[in-house]
This record gives sequence, structure tokens and C-alpha cells, in this order.
Amino acid sequence: MTMTVIWTGMAAVAVVCGILTGRGAQVSAAAVEGAAAAVELGISMAGMLCLWSGVMEVMRQSGLAEQLSRLLGPVLRLLFPKERKDRAVMDSISANVSANLLGLGNAATPLGLEAARRMARKSPGIASDSLCMLVVCNTASLQLIPTTVAAVRAAAGCQTPFDILPAVWLASGLSVGSGVLACKVLARLWRD
Amino acid sequence: MELFFTMLVPLILTGVALYGALHRVDVYSALCQGAGSGLETLIRILPVLVGLMTAVAMLRASGALELLSAVLSPLLEKLGLPGELLPLMLVRPVRGSAALGVGSELIQTYGPDSTLGRTAAVMLGSTETTFYTIAVYFGAAKISRTRYAVPAALCADLVGFLAAAWAVRVLF
Repeated sequence: MTMTVIWTGMAAVAVVCGILTGRGAQVSAAAVEGAAAAVELGISMAGMLCLWSGVMEVMRQSGLAEQLSRLLGPVLRLLFPKERKDRAVMDSISANVSANLLGLGNAATPLGLEAARRMARKSPGIASDSLCMLVVCNTASLQLIPTTVAAVRAAAGCQTPFDILPAVWLASGLSVGSGVLACKVLARLWRD
Repeated sequence: MELFFTMLVPLILTGVALYGALHRVDVYSALCQGAGSGLETLIRILPVLVGLMTAVAMLRASGALELLSAVLSPLLEKLGLPGELLPLMLVRPVRGSAALGVGSELIQTYGPDSTLGRTAAVMLGSTETTFYTIAVYFGAAKISRTRYAVPAALCADLVGFLAAAWAVRVLF
């Protein structure tokens, strides 16, 4: 329903504003061209989207995610100090985080939900510090190669769609870092 | 470094294929299988792109977006955020595919290599769909008291937006 409100609002504002500013004709043209532009975009990004989905499937089948999750162990034990003794939870968390890093969104969510359910058993109905940390890690973007965005840039005529990578890593790092920091600080300050 | 980023795609393709082959994976059929699921992704996001890009194009043509960014730009620019990207920042935490639609419209309108187009792309690449993720996780774990998860997640989003604008200014 959220999107229904947003979309209807956008369309209504466009019509009212178009009439008031005397740009009715442009609004009509945009309604037709916008839809066509979306399909053109979809078709021109199809190749890259398929190729990267293929690469990700190879990564998944060759166990790259498992390899990565072994490397992540020490870092994750710092983020989830209360879960470090629970092997099953730590395994699900590291599999979730490494799938996120590789951009395997479809694989990451079930693993993360598994970890969340196990954590919730210890404090039913209330989000524990570990669960808040897990959710914040999943609401921040960990993906190392943002393939869909790169496909959109390439479709818009960009020759080097991946030149944004350093900027994406920097911004993601700061965003994830501040989310983790906010969790650690709020865990001490929060009074229910 | 320059060569690394221009060669990044073939390097990753070859690296992943070698790694897979060494681990006795049927690389080629995995690649084709994955490519097929890419097509499914496209079919899933295409209707959303049609809906959102139409709505944003209408808003832009009506002058409403100019008005909105003219009103809010002074405030946003103090934070170093471009007012033109406000629609993207508003929809980003709510719906991922909608944000992709709004972001694609911005990237096409301003050009993928412009500062605005780059910033939009970095924002899309460095943030996630916060509210959707929170709903899925707390729903699955049957949590009703979410404590500080929402403020902490929104803090990460805000820093992500600020950092995206800053990173593009510094690196390009």
C-alpha cells in the first residue's frame, strides 16, 4: 500500500503542477515517453544483468562464499560478542555477510533470517543487541560489485560503468561503519 | 590502477571462471543457468521501472521537481547533498526496485558521467532498502519491540548519502 500512496501522489502532483505551470502538454508527452524509456533501459541493461547473474551463480557453485566466510570470522566475533560461543548462529551470520558481499542477495536473506530466528529464541519478541546488529548489517549495503547500477550506467551510454567502484566502497564503508558504531553506542545508552 | 579499473570486468570474469574450474564446477553451465535467472530479475523489475520512470518523468515535466529542489536545495546543500537527488533519497529506504526506477531516470536525465548521475549511482550502490529489510527480519523472528534498530539503520543510510556525495566530489 505504501507504493500505492506514493505513486498516486506523484501522478496527482504532476497533473496539478503541470496545469498550474502551463506545461500540460509536456506532462502528457512525459507520461508516454517515460514508459517507453523504461522498457528501452530494461532491454539495454539485460545483457549485463544476465552476464553478472551468471558470474554470481559460478561464484555460488564454486564455494567462494564459504571461503570468504572463514576469513570474516574474527571481524564478526567482534560485532557479535554475545553469539561467539553459538556455532550455529555464527555460521549463519558469516554465510549471510559473505553472500551479501558477493551480491548473492537471494542466498543471503534465508541465511540471515535463520540467524535472526535463532537469536530471537533467546529473547522472544524483543530485539537483542545481536539481532539489532544483524539487521543493521543487512540494511547497509555490503555488496562489493553493484552490478545492477553498473548495468543502468552502461545502458545510459557510459563507457566505464565500474569507475564508480572506489566511491561506492568508500561510501558503503562509511555507511556500514556508522551503522555498527550507532548500534554499539545505542546498545549502552538505550533504556526500554 | 587506471588499467585495473578498465580491465576490471574481464579480470573478474576470468578470475571467477578459473576459481570455479579449479574447484571442479561446470563453469559454463553455471554461467548459463545464472544468466537465465538474470532474465527473471529483469522481468521482475521491468514493470516497476515502467511505473516509476513514468511518474518521475511526469513530475519532472510538470516542473514539480524543480520547485521541490528549489525549496529544499538551500538546506540540503548545507549538508553537501544535491537537491536534484532528493526524490532518490526519499524513496531509497522504502522500496529497492522503486529507487532503481527513480535513480535510472536521474542517471539518464543528467548523464551517467555527470556529477549528479555519478552521485545517484553511488547512492544506489552504497545503501540498501532499509524498511523492507527491517520488516522481513523482524517479521521472520516475530519481534515486536525493535528497540534501536530503526534509528541505527537510518543513521547508516544518512551517512551513506552524505558519503556518496562527498566521495564523488573527492574522487572525480
